[in-house]
Amino acid sequence: MLINVLETLVSILLIVLAFLALSSKSLIKSVMFLSSLSMLSVLAFVLMKAPDVALTEAVIGSGLVTTLFVFTLLATRKVGQKQ
Amino acid sequence: MKKFLSIVFVLILGGLIINHLASNNLIPRFGDVVLTDRVSDAYIDRDVNGGDEDVAFGESEDLESGAANTVTAIVADYRSFDTLGEVTVLFVSSLGVALLLGQSKRRIGLEFKPNFMLKIGSRALFAIILMTGVYVILHGHLTPGGGFPGGVMIASSMLLLYLADDEFRAKMRGFKVLESMMGLLYIALGLIALFISGVFLENFMDNGTLGTLFSAGMIPLVYSIIGLKVGSEISSVIDHFLSEEGAS
Amino acid sequence: MIQIAGILLMMLGLYGILTNRNIIKIIVSLNILEIGLNIFIISIGFVRAGEAPLFSSEAKSNALVFVDPLPQALVLTAIVIGVGTTALGLAFAKQIYAKYQTFELDEMGEE
Repeated sequence: MLINVLETLVSILLIVLAFLALSSKSLIKSVMFLSSLSMLSVLAFVLMKAPDVALTEAVIGSGLVTTLFVFTLLATRKVGQKQ
Repeated sequence: MKKFLSIVFVLILGGLIINHLASNNLIPRFGDVVLTDRVSDAYIDRDVNGGDEDVAFGESEDLESGAANTVTAIVADYRSFDTLGEVTVLFVSSLGVALLLGQSKRRIGLEFKPNFMLKIGSRALFAIILMTGVYVILHGHLTPGGGFPGGVMIASSMLLLYLADDEFRAKMRGFKVLESMMGLLYIALGLIALFISGVFLENFMDNGTLGTLFSAGMIPLVYSIIGLKVGSEISSVIDHFLSEEGAS
Repeated sequence: MIQIAGILLMMLGLYGILTNRNIIKIIVSLNILEIGLNIFIISIGFVRAGEAPLFSSEAKSNALVFVDPLPQALVLTAIVIGVGTTALGLAFAKQIYAKYQTFELDEMGEE
């Protein structure tokens, strides 16, 4: 019973976060919503009893993809300021 | 006009998929899968090629695949050729990043300067994260994890050093040599297995008792090779992203 | 249910790729598509009363009911390949910014 409530809550939050990531005007907010979407999908993987996949997605989603996005956005700020 | 057409197309596609899922006999309802109809039953019982031992934790010796983690047994033993393809895809993407961003010589300058305590204190944390990554790689056949998350943890420890000190640059030459050597070693291991037992990438070492550290034959060796390769690849990608043009 | 959420995430990611004009947002939509796809593939192999596919001191023999391990092995490969694709795409985006000073596809002109 509690697991059903948790599944429904996670599903609704996943879709709401995806909407927010697609429709925000600023780029850094989109990247932050993508990072939290990735963390919530780790919860969905744990609920479906897949520990290998949850560990891999947790490490890659938080430590790697978000970092690469932020480093790309960092370069744009610096180039703008040097001119 | 384009947005309206995209919304209609996406809604129709989503509706077709959900409708088809509710009424076909290949994919059962969510949670009602009967596992004995699928090939995964043979993967769990370790009798794909006709092995007929009983699988019990801590007692079975010399099974067809001696890893206690079934997903590891599939990725690194039964379907090891797919893992070779995945390693190739990572290598090609790292090659592309190095070709595109390879002319950069100096670090991107930031507006804030990190504190002295941060620079020194992050070295202790670097050692702890590195050891966690090595633990996850070495125990890939007993606990969840394996080569890929362990390698990315090793790269995360390098990322910590890059973030805590804005003049730090590791020697990229060592990482690139390590990555190439590990890729060649994986293929060489497969060729050795071909010469010994006639099948490329077969597990030719002894599978010990299920559940102990020195079991599962070649799988810890394969995961160590993959972990080091992924770790050095991602570290060099991070170094390329933090550089910009100019004289050093 | 999580399976429907996976399909809706895939559709949202597809809409984002078709409609956006900013390169970074196209890559973000590609990542949303891949997350939805991974959730859907794992939901195909879920058994309600099953255990995680791992032999340990609490799950000793193969007479227990396990969750299907084959989709999990496939998704493990798919996650790593998604990282490779994203890294290469962002390297391209960085070089595009260094040349044209913008991320919008409409302002790049015909140079």
